[in-house]
Amino acid sequence: MRYIEPHGHMVSRTTDDYQAMVAAGCAAVCEPAFWAGYDRGSVEGFRDYFRQLTEYEPARAAKFLLPHYSWLCLNPKESEDLKLAADVLAMIPEFLGKKNVLGIGEIGLNRNTRNELKVLELHVDLAVRHDQLILVHTPHLEDKKKGTQLIVDLLRSHRGVKPGRVIIDHVEEHTIRQVLDQGYWAGITLYPDSKSSPPRAVDMLEICGRDRIWLNSACDWGVSDPLAVPKTALEMRRRGYDAEFVDQVLYQNPLRFLAQCPRFVLSQPAG
Amino acid sequence: MSNSRDSRSPVSPLPPGSGAAVVDTGFIPVRAKLLEVAAFLDRVERHEVADDFRCEALREAAQVLVDGRPERARRILEKLSDPTSEPDAISSGKAALGAWRPVQK
Ligand SMILES: [Zn+2]
Repeated sequence: MRYIEPHGHMVSRTTDDYQAMVAAGCAAVCEPAFWAGYDRGSVEGFRDYFRQLTEYEPARAAKFLLPHYSWLCLNPKESEDLKLAADVLAMIPEFLGKKNVLGIGEIGLNRNTRNELKVLELHVDLAVRHDQLILVHTPHLEDKKKGTQLIVDLLRSHRGVKPGRVIIDHVEEHTIRQVLDQGYWAGITLYPDSKSSPPRAVDMLEICGRDRIWLNSACDWGVSDPLAVPKTALEMRRRGYDAEFVDQVLYQNPLRFLAQCPRFVLSQPAG
Repeated sequence: MSNSRDSRSPVSPLPPGSGAAVVDTGFIPVRAKLLEVAAFLDRVERHEVADDFRCEALREAAQVLVDGRPERARRILEKLSDPTSEPDAISSGKAALGAWRPVQK
């Protein structure tokens, strides 16, 4: 089996996780920029993090023969300081030419505030101006439904946004249609206690189809499982789905979206 | 555009025999989760916190399980969601709690 992990915060994982992912068939991992667990205090803090995402972490992954790609942004949780956000946004283009950068992400909303929306709009502008793919984080728990609608409305109002170049992540049963029906890609995140489980993810594929959907573990420093994607293949096979179905959802779908960035090239032959 | 239907109708034909597998592999884990819900509702009464807004939201949401209508997961998520549509003026600085409370922010 082969799969792509399109959303993993590998800077907070161990080398054991890299080994386990590669042993399970991982062909590439993509790492969106993320909150550190505390607010970074300065532009230089972000510059160091972007160097980690574009220089050090791909080298660490390469020791396990795993291609590593990254996305850049300021996390929605860090949007309340508008001056810092503006300074970080002005610095991001320095890194857009790095060879593992796929686009702008994970941007989005956290608690659905006006400042978060302002900073989201600035990120979308930046992505459009630089012709970058966009990866959007949707809020947690009770904030997800409203936040997803605010995000979809903002994206739709921006003339430069092409829905097929945007993935809206962490969808659940109450938001997946809002996303797919507008032409965006949808990401289903597999978490032990929140977001989706493997059986619910396969349910969503049965109800909504398997086009424009990817699955991810979003593994980070919280409760999460870096092998959640290959474990979901087991749920598919138990229900009788064949290897081609599994391959389409776990490998070909993320490949189709990510290959819109010319830098995303996998040596493993497709099919 | 998506082809999504309601939760009873798959977009494409399901694999032959999938129904038996769904019950055979799914029943025991789901039975365990249902017991966790029941024991949690007993526990919050014993500890006299059953009136916490999250416990109230859980009891309310649980009614969806037995109303005989489809789209149970979607409807439970919607019951637990913030129903407003305007962005908030300021951030509470706190994490989401899993159920919506009008005065929390
Ligand atoms: Zn993430």
